[in-house]
Amino acid sequence: MWLRFEPRAEPSRLMRYLSPIIAVALMLASGMVLFMLLGKSPMEGFKVFFLNPLKDSYGVAELFLKATPLMLCAVGLAVGFRANVWNIGAEGQLLVGALAGGWLALHFEGSNSPLLLPGMIVAGALGGMLWASIPALLRTRFNANEILTSLMLVYIAELMVSWLVHGPWKDPDGFNFPQTKLFTAKALLPVLMPGTRVNAALFIAIAALIAGWVFMNRSFMGYQMKVAGQAEHASRYAGFSAKRSVWLGMLVGGGMAGIAGISEVAGPIGQITEHISPGYGFAAMIVAFVGRLSPVGIFFASLLMALLYMGGEQAQQYLNLPYSISKVFQGMLLFFLLGSDVFINFRVRLLRRINK
Amino acid sequence: MQTQAPATPRLLIKGARKAYPAVVANDGIDLTVMPGEIHAVLGENGAGKSTLMKIIYGVIRPDEGELHWEGLRVSVANPAQARALGIGMVFQHFSLFETLTVVQNVALALPGKFDLASLATRIEEVSERYGLPVDPRRLVHALSVGERQRVEIIRCLLQNPKLLILDEPTSVLTPQAVRKLFETLRQLAAEGCSILYISHKLDEIQELCHTATVLRGGKVTGTCTPSLETPQTMARMMIGEDLPVCHHGEPEDGGEVRLRIEGLSHATEDPFGTHLKNINLTVRSGEILGIAGVSGNGQQELLKAISGEEPLTDRRAIQICGVPVGRLSPAGRRSLGMCFVPEERLGRGAVPRLTLTENILLTAYRKGMLFAGLIRFGVAKRFAEDCIARFDVKCGGAGSEAKSLSGGNLQKFIVGREIMQNPKVLVLAQPTWGVDVGAASFIRRSLLELRNSGTAILVISEELDELFEICDRLTVIAKGSLSPTIVTSETGVEEIGIWMSGLWPSSEASEGDSHVA
Amino acid sequence: MDLSFFTSILFATIVAGTPLIIVALGELVTEKSGVLNLGAEGTMSVGAVAAFAVAHHTGNPALGILAGMAAGMLMSLIFAFSALTLVANQVASGLALSIFGIGLAAFVGKPYESVALASVVPLKIPLLHRIPVIGPAFFEQQALVYFSWVMLAAVAWFLYRSRAGLILRAVGESPVAAHSIGYKVVRIRYQAVLFGGAMAGIGGAFLSVFYTPMWVEGMVAGRGWIALALVVFATWRPLRVMVGAYLFGGCMVTQMFVQGSGMKINIPAQFLSALPYAATVLVLVLISRNRGTIRLNSPASLGQPFLPDA
Repeated sequence: MWLRFEPRAEPSRLMRYLSPIIAVALMLASGMVLFMLLGKSPMEGFKVFFLNPLKDSYGVAELFLKATPLMLCAVGLAVGFRANVWNIGAEGQLLVGALAGGWLALHFEGSNSPLLLPGMIVAGALGGMLWASIPALLRTRFNANEILTSLMLVYIAELMVSWLVHGPWKDPDGFNFPQTKLFTAKALLPVLMPGTRVNAALFIAIAALIAGWVFMNRSFMGYQMKVAGQAEHASRYAGFSAKRSVWLGMLVGGGMAGIAGISEVAGPIGQITEHISPGYGFAAMIVAFVGRLSPVGIFFASLLMALLYMGGEQAQQYLNLPYSISKVFQGMLLFFLLGSDVFINFRVRLLRRINK
Repeated sequence: MQTQAPATPRLLIKGARKAYPAVVANDGIDLTVMPGEIHAVLGENGAGKSTLMKIIYGVIRPDEGELHWEGLRVSVANPAQARALGIGMVFQHFSLFETLTVVQNVALALPGKFDLASLATRIEEVSERYGLPVDPRRLVHALSVGERQRVEIIRCLLQNPKLLILDEPTSVLTPQAVRKLFETLRQLAAEGCSILYISHKLDEIQELCHTATVLRGGKVTGTCTPSLETPQTMARMMIGEDLPVCHHGEPEDGGEVRLRIEGLSHATEDPFGTHLKNINLTVRSGEILGIAGVSGNGQQELLKAISGEEPLTDRRAIQICGVPVGRLSPAGRRSLGMCFVPEERLGRGAVPRLTLTENILLTAYRKGMLFAGLIRFGVAKRFAEDCIARFDVKCGGAGSEAKSLSGGNLQKFIVGREIMQNPKVLVLAQPTWGVDVGAASFIRRSLLELRNSGTAILVISEELDELFEICDRLTVIAKGSLSPTIVTSETGVEEIGIWMSGLWPSSEASEGDSHVA
Repeated sequence: MDLSFFTSILFATIVAGTPLIIVALGELVTEKSGVLNLGAEGTMSVGAVAAFAVAHHTGNPALGILAGMAAGMLMSLIFAFSALTLVANQVASGLALSIFGIGLAAFVGKPYESVALASVVPLKIPLLHRIPVIGPAFFEQQALVYFSWVMLAAVAWFLYRSRAGLILRAVGESPVAAHSIGYKVVRIRYQAVLFGGAMAGIGGAFLSVFYTPMWVEGMVAGRGWIALALVVFATWRPLRVMVGAYLFGGCMVTQMFVQGSGMKINIPAQFLSALPYAATVLVLVLISRNRGTIRLNSPASLGQPFLPDA
């Protein structure tokens, strides 16, 4: 062994906060290398990818717009992840939430009721919860691994969206494009700043982060879920219900993802199409980890992740690189985070080989 | 010893040192083992015995020190090399694989050709020769703890070891099985095999060992010939003072029944578990009832049934203060005044990565620590500080992580947390397992005090000495059934030992609290 | 239904099941060592792209397969370093590998999206392919189909008949015990993870070089995850992996059934496409509800980190 890890007597608090920053630095460094390998100037690449998106107030507004669904999904997922409830199907829950709220918008088309939009948000949350309740039920009732079931439901949700927009919900005047009618004004989230697209869902997301903070750090239920995540046997010994943790973790994650779905279809998209989410539900898992499963961290991590999305768009436009480069960055970020987390609990020593 | 006087030591260790971030486990240890010698390494928990053995067996590498094997300096890099030298080791927590058969388990530790059929024959030969009966074709998870130990020993013997290390081998055996083991070990020593015998049990060492090296706090505090010492003099070397004595005091008669188990039968879902069969017992206010038994005979299952971690179908099977609780959750049972101290401290009794304050919340949250679903951290912190002070828990304060405490201090904290909730019934599993002598006697004194204040206490333990020291009545669990209950002063280690192998007068076993003399 | 239709269904089922067998066998060996690698989907994607690119540039499908295998091993090496050397959470590391791999494949594969690859002529097994009905279905297949059968036998032999397989199972059962009798747990787990990565890479290569044969983003379409579910379905036994894989293969070619049967029922294509995913959920439920079976068959240390004390 050339590397040796020595457990620290106490986990390093400094490293807990430093580790995400190291991960970001490593991601930037390997990003520069990547640009170089692709024959682009690293400085130019850095500028286009990370600075260009934020050069005006429209860009900053876009950053918050894209961060909104990430915050919503990530804070919901973090509640479950803390209890080792691995809901990795937020993407599907987001889609079903969008469908549930979108159905309301389409069904009450032209309604002037001020209740329509709140109704859509509630319906979105319920839709996401419904989709999340399937893996929750299968896990608590049949012991089925929620990782695989929640993920399979993503594919099913995608196909459901595809079927609806190609079939029953297709806009009859839409030139046969696979999309629904545009939502009417009353069914759209109000824009916060004229001339931008950032909308009121940002407030919901911030409220969710605050509520999430109180739940995780001050409530007894949040404490119980933390215990369930760290020491399953202790949780059973104390008499905390494991099933309740699973249900709560899945439902909160699903509900939040559902609202994120509404924030998209009743926000920048304004209708239901086949492309509601560019993988927000998956990116939110990275956000949750990079944010240390804490709402404050999630706030910053989702801004970073939104920047990666925007950087990808810029890179596509100005560097002629595929948009999926942002996913490469996302994946690298998570790996670097997991890697640098080792320093929280371990001290690393380099060993010279001992000769016999 | 068979060899002539100035023989070469089989094993010689000079100045072995091993330091971990929090503790120096071995600090300049010297050890000499002669051929054919049964050599005890004596010391209490945390003295550094296991670390020393792992160094000899090549599991861990010392920071400093020399190891000489039959006169030659060697460095043991890994267990395979140790085995090649002729060192065999029987681990305290067995290194067997449950889903594999005996012969597969043995094959894993042997070099050479992979021929299970002929290996099975060799296993049978060795088991015959040394009186260690075991069926090579059975799966390990179906074996009793004693049988597993035999597999470990056979696995070592097949390599014709010159040095056999046994780490606390008797903690899992009945007194009768201990005697049989000693016969096997004496036979081996007579054949010239050296034996390193690790233990903290003074009487066993006196009975078996030729020489003893005593460790305390990672250092050698003396070597002696056990037959020339008294337990008191060895104890002084081991803990630096006289063994503390508990004053038992007379039990009060006729308290009300606080815990009643009635016809409890339960089939476990765990394929490696033990089914409980018609268990009956009562524990009264102001008494301590002890359940003895070799581990793996249903203790875990019984504890889970009592605590509520394993839900039952029969409500009346368990009653707390007359209330049937068979279907209640652990939380529901706690609110009726039952508290528990589990065997596993880290991960069950306490969450390793949470602070002591947060660990107080685990079970004591009913003591005014919640308000509208939110936690009152101030109340929990004061409770934790009280507990630390009252139970003499050595730690960095209520904010330290449970993981950072030593075994004894964490156990004092957990016992304290449960006692401070003023339980009507307290159930404990292995209350002093792996705890240093000082903390163990403190915990036993606390339990006796609690009994005198009227709590009904149930102790499940594998340490017979402990049960005889603190219990008013005793019963034995074997193969998922419970023996009759007997008053401690009316029985002895010998009788309980026989019961531990499942042989007890069966006719009167139906009534849980019938006194069988 | 005529016989040639039956043969073509059988043929298609075997083709669809082959990548699942290959990937699931790799994952099975990985999991038997006690490591849960959730990165199969990402590894397959990268394997598929690497294989496609090499096959396209060299015109040699065999080199493509080798490239897929190598890419899969590189991917699993990242996972192994994170989960085994750095002892990071295995679930998170595996998810990271999947996210990263899917993104990387999409990124690298962009230039190849419009490229077509000549389809490879199948390999007829002499004599056997003349057996009526089943001959053409079983013995006029691509070489990798036969490879999947050989690997099945090899993995079964390895796990239950060889010393190395016994050691692997022992490590998965109790890494602490294996370490204490002197086995290099981390090294053995590395080897198992690398094998899993190689197989996932080959599975991906089969998709892009033989099955479609082309590359589009998202073409792995959850097969990596289904392979993970298959391992649970098979209760960690090789032969059952094959049974499960062909069941799923059958599920995936239902569209052929429906069209070929001449049924006039108008089922939206999306419903048929959703079948394999729904089936995955169903089999997980059916197998997992018996906790005893899972406990007896699953490697006891699955997903648990292991750090040797040194």
